[in-house]
Amino acid sequence: MTVADETTAQAEIGRPRRRKEDARLITGRTKWTDNLQLAGMLHIACVRSPFAHATITAIDVEEAKQAPNVVAVLTGQDVKDIQGSLPNAWPIVADQKAPPHPAIAVDRVAFAGEVVAVVIARTPRAARDAAELVDVDYDELPAVLDLKKAAADEVIAHPDLGTNISAHFELHSHEIGTGGNVEDAIRDAEVVFEREYRQQRLIPAFMEPRSVVVDPTGEQFVMWSSTQVPHILRLMLALTLGVPESKLRIIAPDVGGGFGGKLQVTPEEVITFLAARHTGRPVKWTETRSESLLAAHHGRDQWQRLTLAAKKDGTMLGLKVELLADMGAYLGLVTSGVPILGANMFNAIYKIPSYTFICDNVFTNKTWTDAYRGAGRPEATFAIERLVSDFAAHIGMDPMEVRKKNWIAHEEFPYATVSGLEYDSGNYEAATARAEEMFGYAALREEQRRRREAGEKVLLGIGISTFTEACGLAPSRALGEANYGAGGWEHASIRMLPTGKIEVVTGSSAHGQGHETAWSQLVADKLGVPFEDVEVLHGDTQIAPRGMDTYGSRSLVVGGSAVLKAAQKVIEKAKPLAAHLLEANVDDIEFDKGQFTVKGTDTGVGIGDLALATFAAHNLPDMMEPSLDAEATFDPINLSFPHGTHLALVEVDTETGKVALTKYVAVDDIGNAVNPLIAEGQVHGGLVQGISQALWEEAVYDDEGTLVTGSFVDYTLPTAADTISFETDRTVTPATTNEMGAKGVGEAGTIASTPAIVNAVVDAVRHLGIDDIRMPLTPERVWKAIQSAGQEQQAATPATQQPHFGDAPNQDTPETDAAVSGAEVGGPDSMSPDTTPGDGAER
Amino acid sequence: MIPAAFDYVAPTSVADALAALAEHGDDAKVLAGGQSLIPILRMRLNTPETVVDLGRIEELRGIREDGDAIVIGAMTPYADVLGSDLVREHLGLLYKAVAEVADPQIRRRGTIGGALVHADPAGDVGAPALALGAEFVITGQGGERTVPAEEFFRDLFETAVEDGELLTAVRFPRHTGWGSHYEKFVRVAHQWSIVAVAAAVRVEGGTIAEARVGLTNMGATPLRAKAVEEALVGKELTEDAVAEACAAAAEGTRPPTDLNGDSDYRRHLATVLTRRAVLAAAGG
Repeated sequence: MTVADETTAQAEIGRPRRRKEDARLITGRTKWTDNLQLAGMLHIACVRSPFAHATITAIDVEEAKQAPNVVAVLTGQDVKDIQGSLPNAWPIVADQKAPPHPAIAVDRVAFAGEVVAVVIARTPRAARDAAELVDVDYDELPAVLDLKKAAADEVIAHPDLGTNISAHFELHSHEIGTGGNVEDAIRDAEVVFEREYRQQRLIPAFMEPRSVVVDPTGEQFVMWSSTQVPHILRLMLALTLGVPESKLRIIAPDVGGGFGGKLQVTPEEVITFLAARHTGRPVKWTETRSESLLAAHHGRDQWQRLTLAAKKDGTMLGLKVELLADMGAYLGLVTSGVPILGANMFNAIYKIPSYTFICDNVFTNKTWTDAYRGAGRPEATFAIERLVSDFAAHIGMDPMEVRKKNWIAHEEFPYATVSGLEYDSGNYEAATARAEEMFGYAALREEQRRRREAGEKVLLGIGISTFTEACGLAPSRALGEANYGAGGWEHASIRMLPTGKIEVVTGSSAHGQGHETAWSQLVADKLGVPFEDVEVLHGDTQIAPRGMDTYGSRSLVVGGSAVLKAAQKVIEKAKPLAAHLLEANVDDIEFDKGQFTVKGTDTGVGIGDLALATFAAHNLPDMMEPSLDAEATFDPINLSFPHGTHLALVEVDTETGKVALTKYVAVDDIGNAVNPLIAEGQVHGGLVQGISQALWEEAVYDDEGTLVTGSFVDYTLPTAADTISFETDRTVTPATTNEMGAKGVGEAGTIASTPAIVNAVVDAVRHLGIDDIRMPLTPERVWKAIQSAGQEQQAATPATQQPHFGDAPNQDTPETDAAVSGAEVGGPDSMSPDTTPGDGAER
Repeated sequence: MIPAAFDYVAPTSVADALAALAEHGDDAKVLAGGQSLIPILRMRLNTPETVVDLGRIEELRGIREDGDAIVIGAMTPYADVLGSDLVREHLGLLYKAVAEVADPQIRRRGTIGGALVHADPAGDVGAPALALGAEFVITGQGGERTVPAEEFFRDLFETAVEDGELLTAVRFPRHTGWGSHYEKFVRVAHQWSIVAVAAAVRVEGGTIAEARVGLTNMGATPLRAKAVEEALVGKELTEDAVAEACAAAAEGTRPPTDLNGDSDYRRHLATVLTRRAVLAAAGG
């Protein structure tokens, strides 16, 4: 993509500008929380539990208190009456169960990594040294680590609760009036196809480790935090600690990534606040990478059982989804709601007459889970897109044909789905046609067949993902109906400075998204001013007092809409002044490209001149306040629904099991793009993150509940060396629910790519009798699947006699075999029965 | 990630370094390029009282010819090995293995000697050193001794370098004109080897005249696949003949089991990768 010459006059919206924030973010020469140095600042080191579940019988802090430069040591006993309980904002059912969630554990720890004591010292090193001297006695308790065992309540993660089930949630289309009863469909169906998929546990692994500084020395407590949600944090801290909200100022300076991992109110934020208040001095906490992997919230971690009722010709009749979702040890800010964000998305782009979604939220003695890029929708998209491809193979249809047979046709929008959403716009045919054209689908199918027939050891696989997702969280009314603890609006204000420059204040809180550039483009076009004249301010509750922050691909469609709404108010405010100065009737004033003109004449006045006129205030209409500034709050009327067709080509080395991605085509419909270059960047980054779930990442615990993947040596993130150049394009059906026609793009790549990759790998080896491999698709797992399939095939049909994909059914085994085979290949213990870690690791 | 406090000594000669080690005994750790030791210190997995930094000892750096051997100073960074025409011409296998070590930043700081003495079996220089029959020059206060590669690696993270001694140089016999290849198997590019195979072969008239094969991460130490080497000699350079000779690559190995694969899988990988390494070496 070429970058436009920034000096030519053209519309800003739609222009692929490079981001104005890049220079400082890429060089790192900016204000990260950990850069902050305040006079007399103290430093925190946390002492964390090595045990997954244990009673704290004694903590001896005397030696640590005597250590050089130590100011104080705090334990749970010291703060138990003032630390409150960390908030969960989303009780998904009225009888949701949850344990108290202390910032510092008081008498029991429930996961390895939980804070048990805090050392406050004059230097980071003194704090770390003294933390080694804190002596904690534990009595170990039985820990529950395996999600299925936890759901069976064999061992209880929190004995006082009496169960590991935090919440049981059901959604039935026949009860909400959107469809039939899925049990009827299953009973009467020609084909009942059942599969179980595993969403492994992931770690958000943002680039900047979390950091918090609290300065208690002014009238307000000032907290700097590497957070996605300064506004939510302020409110929640006030509620948790009983501090007046007006006494709290939260600043999110430049934040180095989040991916949902910084959508949280953390123990360490509370701890740093308590430490600052206790000592009366500024205090800083910055986590190590090890602490970040261990104790910052994790993501995903579900078992998904899907039952599809269908006709033999591929027509879908009903879908039943049963989930087990691992909460980990506690409920964080939206932990409980994450699986529910997928409740309406399993039906995806398909017209399914009946639908049921059932979810059990389950506690285990592991790090708690919460939002991670996509939050609920990647899980749903993975399961349905895997299911459709597996189902196609089962009935002997091309996986794309099954999709085309069942998807919502473009002329059917707006479309009310079986799960209760209304999709406003979309064109799956167009995106798919473009993707197939770019990919060379037919030719690659032929090459795939050639390699198989030639007996080559490196096989080709083609993976499809025709995804949709829900962005722009969210209409406040809908959130209320879902028992979410807040609204989904966003706020913006515009300050017209006397020199004609403009400050845009946004409640969105960027942490890498490029809001400063995109919002400037929006305002530059709307008010007809140069891009360079617009400054975007955010991330400080004193500067941007109202906001709902950044997550759920909401910033542009909700926050951007608020900015446009505020800009429109500025125009409306300026019109009477323009009329006054131009001695015209206000109804005759027109506004275009920054100029207010009298209809039918060439007399006019620029918006900058009007800003100056209000500053001087020498000559205003009667009753007009001397200001053009305006603010607006935008509450969306609906979610937005990006979609797209992604096609992946992989090579599977059958000798080693290694998967190599060789081609990836992503055609996304995100509606109109304000800045196509930023959108493209979001797609690329999202793709890598989703591909990484498929191939590389997994948080693994051993049988004792210790995180084995506790560093980047074992938590294998990809680098540029592991990826390929993606081929991307966009089709456009504008969203109808916001002025821009934008749909949101922050999570699309992540949501779409994971099933595309797994579908491709399974497609490469399906003719060998393999219908699932558990993520991440390590070479070992792929190789072992091939080995065990080979053994089964020898007993059944030789691989060479299996029909090839594309010209005949390649899976004509009964559906019970599919399920059995899936369990054998991907079951919890079958892959590496003699390896450590074992049970808790669920390898 | 702050290490426990330690004293720091930065001698400028081998003699001073040995004196420092003699003075501090068991409580001292030697710092070479720091690519393994620094993370260990930061995670407080080891808390030495004194760190003896060899980084200022010029005599430990550099690559020179010495008769039939190429001698590489222990403190020579990987990047210098890659930049050396001597290494490229006479030690092609070492060149190819070092090119696969981690990433450019680590290759700039990490040293050949540091990696060999650290003796992580997943490290990438042990197997080529074994395969090429390197000799390890170890210096103590009593003088210098030379240890053959077979005797250098003793166990996990354990070598013939005793307390109070330093590895000062490694002598590699020239393998001029040999074909070589380092077949490294990883899931992501910057990872430690899951398994890797170092192969060097001398081909005469379409037949393998000599072969050297080293295995990375197939046991507590780097290993030499002598049975494979012997089986390869005299074999015609065909895929089937090479595959047959390499089938025994994993014999006698005890590879680890970890998140990247269990020991059976590694044994299988070793046979596949050995075949590929030998064929690639013979082809190039």
